[in-house]
Amino acid sequence: MSSQALSTVLFLLFVAATLGITFWASRQTKTAADYYAGGRSFSGVQNGLAIGGDYMSAASFLGIAGLIALYGYDGFLYSIGFLVAWLVALLLVAELMRNSGKFTMADVLAFRMSPRPVRTAAGVSTITVSIFYLLAQMVGAGALVGLLLGVTDPAAKAWTIVGVGVLMIVYVVVGGMKGTTWVQIVKAVLLMGGATLITLLVLGKYGFNLSGLMGEAAAQSSNPTTYTAGGGRYATEAQGLAGKLDLISLGLALVLGTAGLPHILIRFYTVPTAKDARKSVLWGIGIIGTFYLLTLVLGFGAAALVGSKTIAAQDAAGNTAAPQLAQAVGEAIFGEVGGTILLAIIAAVAFATILAVVAGLTLASSSSFSHDLYAHVFKRGNATEKEEVLVARISAFVIGAVSIGLGILAQGQNVAFLVALAFAVAASGNLPAILYSLFWKNFNTAGAVSAIYGGLVSALVLVIFSPVVSGKPTSLFPDANFAWFPLSNPGLLSIPIGFLAGWLGTKLSKEYNAAKYAEIEVRSLTGVGAEKAVEH
Amino acid sequence: MTTRQHDASVYEQVQASERFQELKRHFRSWTFPMTAAFLAWYLLYVVLSGWARDFMGIKVLGNINVGLILGLLQFVSTFWIAWAYSRHAEKKLDPIADEIRHEIEGRPE
Repeated sequence: MSSQALSTVLFLLFVAATLGITFWASRQTKTAADYYAGGRSFSGVQNGLAIGGDYMSAASFLGIAGLIALYGYDGFLYSIGFLVAWLVALLLVAELMRNSGKFTMADVLAFRMSPRPVRTAAGVSTITVSIFYLLAQMVGAGALVGLLLGVTDPAAKAWTIVGVGVLMIVYVVVGGMKGTTWVQIVKAVLLMGGATLITLLVLGKYGFNLSGLMGEAAAQSSNPTTYTAGGGRYATEAQGLAGKLDLISLGLALVLGTAGLPHILIRFYTVPTAKDARKSVLWGIGIIGTFYLLTLVLGFGAAALVGSKTIAAQDAAGNTAAPQLAQAVGEAIFGEVGGTILLAIIAAVAFATILAVVAGLTLASSSSFSHDLYAHVFKRGNATEKEEVLVARISAFVIGAVSIGLGILAQGQNVAFLVALAFAVAASGNLPAILYSLFWKNFNTAGAVSAIYGGLVSALVLVIFSPVVSGKPTSLFPDANFAWFPLSNPGLLSIPIGFLAGWLGTKLSKEYNAAKYAEIEVRSLTGVGAEKAVEH
Repeated sequence: MTTRQHDASVYEQVQASERFQELKRHFRSWTFPMTAAFLAWYLLYVVLSGWARDFMGIKVLGNINVGLILGLLQFVSTFWIAWAYSRHAEKKLDPIADEIRHEIEGRPE
């Protein structure tokens, strides 16, 4: 049996199991709290796994392993921002959001503000961030499947995108948050299992000597100095100061963006209490941290055993380093059959990874459309629960269909920057609004709206006029040149703009409601009046 | 004076109480400085990675260099801060939060 056939079988098993869970979950989904928040009945450990499953995208699993394989240190540096970011979520956001919100990020932002403008802004931002992220994953899925299954035909890749999109729509529309969460839990277990297995095999082959492994990885690279000390991928010497500032900009966006990503924030609503939200983030940090430590070994292992040249020959960005390593280490230890089996396992895990992440994103954006824009802006809070859930399901279907279409159109484009852009928008618009809402007494409607739009618009505008979009051979439009902003990540400028806009907007408006501030402060810190878990 | 107190909501009364202010102090005096500290430590690491490559490249143990060790220390500090926060919350925050919540929820409307 070929590796492709075996990985298809394994993947179909995953699909069958998760669809089974999804239909089971749909029978448990009766109320809006069931659909949006899984009845708030997941345990801290379950939600911790789901956080890992929601967060560790194909970009982190395949992308970071590939970056480490090709560039060494710089890939490792990238992974650290993704981990440290969770402390912002743990210390400042998770518990307080669980205590004061209901279904979406906007619930907290609109708590003491005029609901319509704030929910409109938060809804626009949520949908923008989620669709950017979603689009990057969809295009990535097409490219990845093409590489793993050896498909080069664009039509076959388009069908892969359709397949991923249809599955994601089914998970979300049928299973709601409960189905989506279970898909993410199963994926997290498979991903950790697969990554641990390959890591142990690689370390075993090198006598558990990380220094020796790193030495071999560096020795085969084209530039051992940058491989071990940085500068191969980010802030290369040739880029000068702009490159170094870009590195800081990226680091800031990663570390501040996570706690403003809507699909991450809604995970805190799936547990019964704030203490469970804390516990789930602790588990999430443990899982995600362990995973990036494993990725370090996977990257070095791929460089040492497969070689940068072979990896770059298959995919210039290194996205296939992990599957190539699985095959190489399997062959080296168990012979050809072992290589085939391990490659199939890792390829199937990669598909599962993509599916779990896109489902989470579709759920976050459709929930915000229905709960924030439809129920509170269009219907002014007069929609029934049934209508809201129906609209959420319809919008999940529409968002899924739109992202399939965009994914096919954007095929072959370099859209990896969309993930970094999603983090930058989240850090520049959402995070200032959330932190001010929770901690700043005088914060008001004008402040919230200015923070969100200020951060969102400045991040978008700066990216449009950056080398990502024009002016370089690697740009989206290589033949045009309107890039006056030298950094490819806008965070360094757009994050301060978001915070400043929120402050300025607040100062320029006289609105202040002492009673509402007392309510959110007391509720967020003590859990009084927090939404309860659904009893079945 | 009494009319003003009468107008204040339950939340405003609780917010003004000594016990709640103690909870808020325990929360903010731990999380705010710690957030500043880990962000500064992370930014220091990123800045060193961009500007001090010779330093980061100094080999300490075999091929393991300063950069890798500092990076691994970011993992250690993240795990440690997460653990320390959960201990702080269990000891200093949860008891007061539970007490205030039970008091408000037991109050006749």
